[in-house]
Amino acid sequence: MRFIFKTAYEQDIRLFKHGGQQFWYGLLGVALLAAPWVLDDYFLGQLTFILIYGIVGLGLMLLSGYTGLISLGHAAFLAVGAYTQAILAAKGWPFPFSLTAAALLAAATGIVVGLPALRVKGIYLAIATMAFGFIVEEVLARWEHVTGGNTGIIVGQLQMFGWTADSEESFYYVALVVAALVTLGVLNLLRSPTGRAFVAIRDSEISARSMGIHLARYKTTSFALSAAITGIAGALYAHKLRIITPEQFTILQSIEYLMMIVVGGIGSVHGAFFGAAFLIVLPQIVAMVKDYLPPAIGQATGLQPTIFGLVLVAVILFEPYGIYGRWLKIRTFFQLFPLYRRGLFRRQKAFMKSERLR
Amino acid sequence: MQVLQVVISGISQGLIYGLIALGFVLIYKATETVNFAQGELMMLGAFLGLTAVTFGMPFWAALPLAFAGMWVIGILLERVVLRPILGQPAFTVVMVTIGVGFVARGVVTMIPGWGTDTHALAAPFKGELVRAGGLVVGMEHIVVIAATIALSTALYLFFRFTRVGVAMQAASQNQLAAYYMGIPVRRLNSLIWGISAGVAALAGVLLAPITFVHVNMGFIGLKAFPAAVIGGFGSLPGALVGGVIIGVVESLSGVYLPEGFKDIAAYILVLVVLVVKPTGIFGETASKKV
Repeated sequence: MRFIFKTAYEQDIRLFKHGGQQFWYGLLGVALLAAPWVLDDYFLGQLTFILIYGIVGLGLMLLSGYTGLISLGHAAFLAVGAYTQAILAAKGWPFPFSLTAAALLAAATGIVVGLPALRVKGIYLAIATMAFGFIVEEVLARWEHVTGGNTGIIVGQLQMFGWTADSEESFYYVALVVAALVTLGVLNLLRSPTGRAFVAIRDSEISARSMGIHLARYKTTSFALSAAITGIAGALYAHKLRIITPEQFTILQSIEYLMMIVVGGIGSVHGAFFGAAFLIVLPQIVAMVKDYLPPAIGQATGLQPTIFGLVLVAVILFEPYGIYGRWLKIRTFFQLFPLYRRGLFRRQKAFMKSERLR
Repeated sequence: MQVLQVVISGISQGLIYGLIALGFVLIYKATETVNFAQGELMMLGAFLGLTAVTFGMPFWAALPLAFAGMWVIGILLERVVLRPILGQPAFTVVMVTIGVGFVARGVVTMIPGWGTDTHALAAPFKGELVRAGGLVVGMEHIVVIAATIALSTALYLFFRFTRVGVAMQAASQNQLAAYYMGIPVRRLNSLIWGISAGVAALAGVLLAPITFVHVNMGFIGLKAFPAAVIGGFGSLPGALVGGVIIGVVESLSGVYLPEGFKDIAAYILVLVVLVVKPTGIFGETASKKV
């Protein structure tokens, strides 16, 4: 068991709370750096996807997990990032510049979508973002001379200043660097006043407002940042897929991303990456076990959605903080051994109250 | 004349959205949560009706059977999935119903005889046309219009005048206070999920002659959301009016605007409504001021 004795105020906001964390995250970093020597191209590609989805998860986590605003249209931000990157890369822009442009453009769209968010919340916001997602999807399909319509765009290899990421390893390293930078950025944001304001808004808008937090400004900021991060992920996604079409950015993808952060663990940075890993690994597991199931079930096209749905429902009912919550419980169990009590993480009994009436 | 015909077909299409939106509104009015699996419940109801008809039942007998079957499924759903998260924030319920929707869509593909094919449901009135002064409306649309109006009137009266209906609205406004007043909140939730799933089944079976029965027919529910929002979530007549507005705008933009606008007209409209008047036409929302 570890006791942290706090002797300075800075300890409260330090990224690494103690030496153990430094050690384990260092080890994780080394493992990620060494991955190309251990994994073959296929698994490295999957790992790259986990990193990219992890960035999407971070973006959505910032909005839904930390600011408490539901978005059912996040695939649209991903699309804005991906298409911007595809078009600018084709014009020969070096990657850092096109990535910045993709992030900025996505952020601008985020601000536009955030406008209704200033007046509506909860379910209305979910529907507003969903509507926005449909509109973007339709625009992508119709604006043919820019987006290539339903046939999509072929995206070249990632290049900057004469260097090209022409192998699986080099692209993996680019994704790793971007993911690490975004994660650090989000962690830093969350310990800054802005991040604290987001969490305050999530927990109670009324009390946040009483503390002098400008709701409209911070909600818009949250939308812009979330969209920018998702746009960055979109830029990487475009290079990873090499061909992008509107049907990769539909409402189903948006729902999948929400599912990802819920299963991973809502309200935690770890959760974004756990969720991404879940989203990538589960289809592989399903593909492996489906031959052992009775054919009526195993060969049905609906097998994967069914399992996704069951996992989602089970997580919400039994493990509200997802994979990260389970991990936290296991860790606490060993830290407190033998003093762990079952009720330590029990969900508080809550009663809903209408927001409709005064 | 052409404009009038377009408007008429828009209205009949809009009432389809309204009929599905009724289900959302019911749940929202009674529990202040939104059921994202409403379209999937409708799809299940349609499949139940289809199975009943395939086994030789007449169409009009299949309708109450599907209603009863979905009523049971709705109650089970509330019991198993929603009761444990009673009182949790709306986001939780949204995610759980999305999960239920995924499961429903997946399970249907595994059931022999249902699968991924598109099925036609034979209805006695299918293909009949009603002509009035140069306007043509399909009989199946007339049935949907009649059913939607009858259902929403009945449900409106239920919420307005019965004890149970009023108690449901009380429970949606403040669960704890409702408990204190002796309202059995859980039982009422169970009941409303049963009713709502039953309404979804009616919608599914009545839509079947128009849209056919297939796994993804529930996606039409995504168009019913805008209908509910424009009408003001939580208002039954609002759902109908919202549906009609969306249907008319959609069919008008299909004729007079460039290709592609038809599919997103509903969403553009709902964004405009949310920015201008978030409460919708009949909404009773008032934001909490500190």
